[in-house]
Amino acid sequence: MEDTIKTKRMSWGRRNAPAIATAGPVSFWMIVFVLLPMIYVVVISFMSRNVYGGIDFTFTLANYKEMMEPLYLKVIWKSFKLAVLTTVICLLLGYPLAYYIAGKPSATAAKLIMLVMIPYWTNSLVRLYSYNLLGATNGPINNFLLKIGAIEAPLDLLYSDGIVIVGLLTAMLPFSVLPLYTSIEKLDKSLLEASKDLGANAFTTFRKVTIPLTMPGIVGCILLVFIPSLGMYYVPEALGGGKVMLIGSLIRNQFLVTKNWPFGASLAILMILMTLIMMWIYTRVASLDDLEEVF
Amino acid sequence: MAEHIVQLEKVNKYFGDNHVIQDLYLNIEQGEFLTLLGPSGCGKTTILRMIAGFEEATNGMIKVEGERVEDKEPFERNVNTVFQSYALFPHMTVYDNIAYGLTVAKVPKDEIKERVKEMLELVQLMGFEGRKPDMMSGGQKQRVAIARALINRPKVLLLDEPLGALDLQLRKQMQIELKRLQQKLNITFVYVTHDQEEAMTMSDRIAVLQKGVIEQLDTPDEIYKHPASKFVANFIGESNLFDGVVESVDGNTVCAKLVDGGRMKLDAEGFSAGDAITACVRPEVMGYSLEPVEGFDIKATVKNVIFIGSQYKMYAFLDNGQEIKINRTKQDSNVREGDTIWLHWENDDAYGIKESV
Ligand SMILES: Nc1ncnc2c1ncn2[C@@H]1O[C@H](COP(=O)(O)OP(=O)(O)OP(=O)(O)O)[C@@H](O)[C@H]1O
Ligand SMILES: [Mg+2]
Repeated sequence: MEDTIKTKRMSWGRRNAPAIATAGPVSFWMIVFVLLPMIYVVVISFMSRNVYGGIDFTFTLANYKEMMEPLYLKVIWKSFKLAVLTTVICLLLGYPLAYYIAGKPSATAAKLIMLVMIPYWTNSLVRLYSYNLLGATNGPINNFLLKIGAIEAPLDLLYSDGIVIVGLLTAMLPFSVLPLYTSIEKLDKSLLEASKDLGANAFTTFRKVTIPLTMPGIVGCILLVFIPSLGMYYVPEALGGGKVMLIGSLIRNQFLVTKNWPFGASLAILMILMTLIMMWIYTRVASLDDLEEVF
Repeated sequence: MAEHIVQLEKVNKYFGDNHVIQDLYLNIEQGEFLTLLGPSGCGKTTILRMIAGFEEATNGMIKVEGERVEDKEPFERNVNTVFQSYALFPHMTVYDNIAYGLTVAKVPKDEIKERVKEMLELVQLMGFEGRKPDMMSGGQKQRVAIARALINRPKVLLLDEPLGALDLQLRKQMQIELKRLQQKLNITFVYVTHDQEEAMTMSDRIAVLQKGVIEQLDTPDEIYKHPASKFVANFIGESNLFDGVVESVDGNTVCAKLVDGGRMKLDAEGFSAGDAITACVRPEVMGYSLEPVEGFDIKATVKNVIFIGSQYKMYAFLDNGQEIKINRTKQDSNVREGDTIWLHWENDDAYGIKESV
């Protein structure tokens, strides 16, 4: 009796040995470094903060209620707005660019993709602080505009939502072009010809054939841009000069400055939820294997 | 005078320095099944694409229904295309694919429904309307592509090797179906293929192309019997070609000396002494005997005989190495491998080709 159980167990182990050997280490890694910390974040988001900035392990919903205060709602709403705006602009700029690149012979396309990726390879902090220099009241842009008489007084280019969006855009545009390029490049050009052949003009063809068939790329682009834009705190900090407070900075402050970990955790959970909702929408639109191709 | 539904006049097309179509004249008649036949790269697809509007002619004139179309977009032309790869919209159902032309033309929903149903019946795909293209077999996809192209009731349907991806049996079946469809709807079909048998089976007329030039445009029967050039003779069916120089002309009968030695005679018009002539003799009328025959002096050596079911194919070769094909429905037990035979033919079984320029 015992013997049979043992052999069964062994054969199970043998049978699945390759799977365990390959997926095992990764699963272990994911459990230890992703799942457990996540669970911890969820748990402390329901705890309260003690007076010394530590965690008091008593259950409370206060952190989530606190989020509803107008001050925080405003930050959350603004973060959301900026992320949406960044995403939309990335799509509007990235799509034509990706379309243009996809129309080139593959050798040229590879070079163009390289060009698109270059900003991504330069150190982002250096890049961001160089914007600060460029956009300063006495920086080159203002000086130039003053000289040619386009403006009378220096523009307040820094510390605004606008410059934050520019910062986000330069950081995110490479990511938006890649998934778009992948799906546009895959698009069978004879389908566009078939559409025109059947009487559709360029616009109708774009709407009825091109857009639906490149939807995985579009949603991939939205995911790749929206999620990081939402949480990226160093861009608003470097360019917004503390004037533009977004959810990413808020979370960081809760953990590192105010030492209110439970509240920070609850904000983090909110962000994760927003992300999950986006992912869910994505899987509704694109099939799983398309998802793999995008990433 | 028959009405020309499509006219190409002195059309040229260059891709860079590549002169793909050269001074092409082509008049296509209303309701005919015209096939563009030729080897790979001869410009068949390019001609279709210029008629459809996907490719711009470098110069020349293209008319559809008597109207010049060079400046018209593909969606403004009353022609539709069946693409070789089908080009069905993968994100749409069979119904939406077929309905596409009407949907973009904003035809009322009820009418669309009616006409799609009509099309489904025409191509015998009732019950498939809810399927996506990737759930269909090659032959079914082909039918969807045809239905989708026909729903706009085009004056001309352009088909670019539509059966190229199908296996032989299905292809034969679809050939018959397509031909029937074309006759029933009385639509002009311009059909591209490089399969000469397919062209012979289906076409009213065949345009044999080589390197962007039409070598011959005629009925399958005419082209087979009276090939205009050696290229056509070789491309359409099997043939034995004998190059010679005319020695004497007696009424219809031409006597000629073979370039590589020997003599022959045949019925041919328009030749005079000294002209170059090529006799085209099809394998099924190629005669031979064990003794020389009056008027002929062509010696060959039998290589082998193959039985292919419907006939016996005998292969022999001339002294200059040229292969001779002879087809018979019955086996000839008098001839064996290595035997010497003397070739000849009835005067009117050979066709004299003027050396093409
Ligand atoms: N877009 C293009 N750019 C450059 N050259 C082209 C282009 N399309 C076709 N060609 C050239 O034009 C010539 C004719 O091409 P075409 O596609 O018309 O041939 P085809 O007769 O349809 O051949 P196949 O039987 O292989 O389909 C070829 O030499 C081809 O290389
Ligand atoms: Mg072709």
